[in-house]
Amino acid sequence: MLTKRIIPCLDVKEGRVVKGVHFVGLRDAGDPVEIAARYESEGADELVFLDITASHEKRRTMIDVVRRTAEVVFMPLTVGGGIREVEDIRELLLAGCDKTSINTACVEDPTLITRGAKRFGSQCMVVAIDAKRVAPSRWKVYTHGGRVPTEKDAVEWAKEAEERGAGEILLTSMDKDGTQEGYDIELTEAVSSQVKIPVIASGGAGKPEHLLSALQEGKADAVLCASIFHFGEYRIQEVKKFLKQKGAEVRV
Amino acid sequence: MITIVDYGMGNLRSVAKGFERLGVSARVTQDPQEITSASKLVLPGVGAFQDAIQHLEQFHLTEPIRTFLEKKKPFLGICLGLQLLFAESEEGGLSKGFGVLNGRVRRFPEGPLKVPHIGWNSIRRVGENARGQECPLLEGIPEGSYFYFVHSYYVDPVDTSVIVTQTDYGTPFTSMIWKENLIATQFHPEKSQQWGLKLLENFARF
Repeated sequence: MLTKRIIPCLDVKEGRVVKGVHFVGLRDAGDPVEIAARYESEGADELVFLDITASHEKRRTMIDVVRRTAEVVFMPLTVGGGIREVEDIRELLLAGCDKTSINTACVEDPTLITRGAKRFGSQCMVVAIDAKRVAPSRWKVYTHGGRVPTEKDAVEWAKEAEERGAGEILLTSMDKDGTQEGYDIELTEAVSSQVKIPVIASGGAGKPEHLLSALQEGKADAVLCASIFHFGEYRIQEVKKFLKQKGAEVRV
Repeated sequence: MITIVDYGMGNLRSVAKGFERLGVSARVTQDPQEITSASKLVLPGVGAFQDAIQHLEQFHLTEPIRTFLEKKKPFLGICLGLQLLFAESEEGGLSKGFGVLNGRVRRFPEGPLKVPHIGWNSIRRVGENARGQECPLLEGIPEGSYFYFVHSYYVDPVDTSVIVTQTDYGTPFTSMIWKENLIATQFHPEKSQQWGLKLLENFARF
């Protein structure tokens, strides 16, 4: 049986993890490589680095982080944030990442999805959708880290991204992100039931029950988690055991 | 020394890093000479079948790989590297592979399951004579271990005796084959943590 994936996400700024990770026993809680290795040993299924470095010049630092991470971690690694061109994707892949997650550049030029998929394979192209609820059961797509609204409907855009060659959808609820109140189950289900490619639910995880409902009611194929694991309140292996007990297929 | 073929598809460095982590020296190369003279060859790769064929042609690597395969030295195919061993693939019309194994590469059927098949799934040793039990690359790897998969197509060998393991995704499919010097996996050992590294270690000793 294919298992549901639990994917920790780290916000990385100029080569350092921000928003704090509070683990006992970490030598350097700001080092993405050390945290990545820790998550691997605790049973993470994949890892996402979100590069929130503002200045373009300092983006080289991310390439170095990816290179060092890929030397010690043997699970799929996705990098998102600031990717504009096919050449940016290539550089990251060469450094050792497996997939790239792209929002703004794909909205502005949807042919980037097709060009990236043609060159590196669909599995490299994760289309990130930041969705905000605008009416009952209606969500609009936002770009530029949630600052710029677009006219795109989130469900329709997910379908278009699939047609254009996306391998997965990383779906973030802007309404739920940072609240720790749980994922937007309705949004997750609406997208997941309309596309044939895997959907990763994101935004709002605060306790293990939230992951369970995103996977079961929301029909997500994977869940992205940040603070729930960063603060050491819950450990990945414990959460997976809970999910398994509740009938979700996970790798324990 | 393990030689890894680089033909510009996906993340090929992680295979080398996997071996390096185990203290086994590995080189990633596009040099035809290094490929034909390799003592152990790995053909990795993710992406589309016909793109892979195109890239191999473009880099003039088809013949060197074929020459290597004829020498009956240890060969490990990963993902596309498994599919490329077969006669033909349904992907992109009908494309021809190396044809060292008879059979076709087929697409997962339309249905309730998501395609591509992405994520961690378990392997099950198969074979009347417990062929899976004997496969040297699975030594020390427990039954039902999880490996990382990412693919939309699977191999369907005519000679079923080459099948070492199966994995279930709606229906059972071949997740690993073994024939003499040839071993190939649909999953990515280089992305499969502990048991993936174990498999690479076994190949280094194979």
